[in-house]
Amino acid sequence: MAEAGKIDPMHQFAIEPLFGTEHWAIGGYNIAFTNSALWMVITAVALWAFMLLGMKRELVPGRWQAAAETMTGFIDNLLLANVGPEGKRYVPYVFSLFMFILFANLLGLLPLGLIGSHAFTFTSHFTATGVLAILSFSIVLIVGFARHGLHFFSLFVPHGTPVWLLWLIPFIELVSFLVRPFSLGLRLFVAMMAGHILLEVLSSFVINSGNAGAGWGLMIGVPSFILMIGISALELLVAVIQAYVFALLTSLYINDAVNLH
Amino acid sequence: MDAEAAKLIGAGLAAIGAGMAALGVGNVFGSFLESALRNPSAADGQQGRLFIGFAAAELLGLLAFVVSMILIFVA
Repeated sequence: MAEAGKIDPMHQFAIEPLFGTEHWAIGGYNIAFTNSALWMVITAVALWAFMLLGMKRELVPGRWQAAAETMTGFIDNLLLANVGPEGKRYVPYVFSLFMFILFANLLGLLPLGLIGSHAFTFTSHFTATGVLAILSFSIVLIVGFARHGLHFFSLFVPHGTPVWLLWLIPFIELVSFLVRPFSLGLRLFVAMMAGHILLEVLSSFVINSGNAGAGWGLMIGVPSFILMIGISALELLVAVIQAYVFALLTSLYINDAVNLH
Repeated sequence: MDAEAAKLIGAGLAAIGAGMAALGVGNVFGSFLESALRNPSAADGQQGRLFIGFAAAELLGLLAFVVSMILIFVA
């Protein structure tokens, strides 16, 4: 049997500087332009092009405009259902968030390996998703304190709390409130990372079994490859669901800040 | 048992959590379908809650994945 090639499933997440070196530093932090930054720019440009083509405001919508209007209408309904009429003011933020994550997840799945390049999913890094989660969380805090002042703390005492539980319920509510940005960022980053690791491990099965001989290739490689096709379809679904869940939870948290339970 | 072997065994045990989360996610969607087929007109209004339940169940499975990744690569 041939020596099995050691394929490192974590290598795809390595952040490498594309230009610039470690000497480009501000305050001790490296600011070289990395592959992660490159894919953020690609995502932003793709999103910008999508919206620009969709915002021609024709009376009879073309295909692009219909697509853009479907997405905005979707987020509009999401906020109307979860926050109420006040939710209209948060549509731009939640829409940008949803579309940015959706485009990032989907662009990261592009099979660019076929032409010798590599797609990089920056949403598989906690640094990227954590910043998005902190953005959502700080909007909740700012809106909550600006609208309700110190009355915002009544969020930690839900209506109908029995008096003899007043020592416990606020503490539990406080912990569940503070854990939100972590769970929000963690969910997206782990879901994207797990799927990409799974695909990489399966592809290493295909490559290594093919190298080991035709028998091994037929027995292990072909079923693995068929499974990979199925998992890729599942990953497309996960990419959309995770973007939706991020937008949905953000709108729920905004609802807490606006309407206080 | 040396520490490396214990780490890998721990990572494998953490994968049980992923399977448990599979039960949870299946339960969320299964219960939703069961009741949606009884009252299809009310089903569309509950899709937000469906995904909230899905997100909560899934997060706990992903935490098990994080634990096993930490055991393998970090600890």
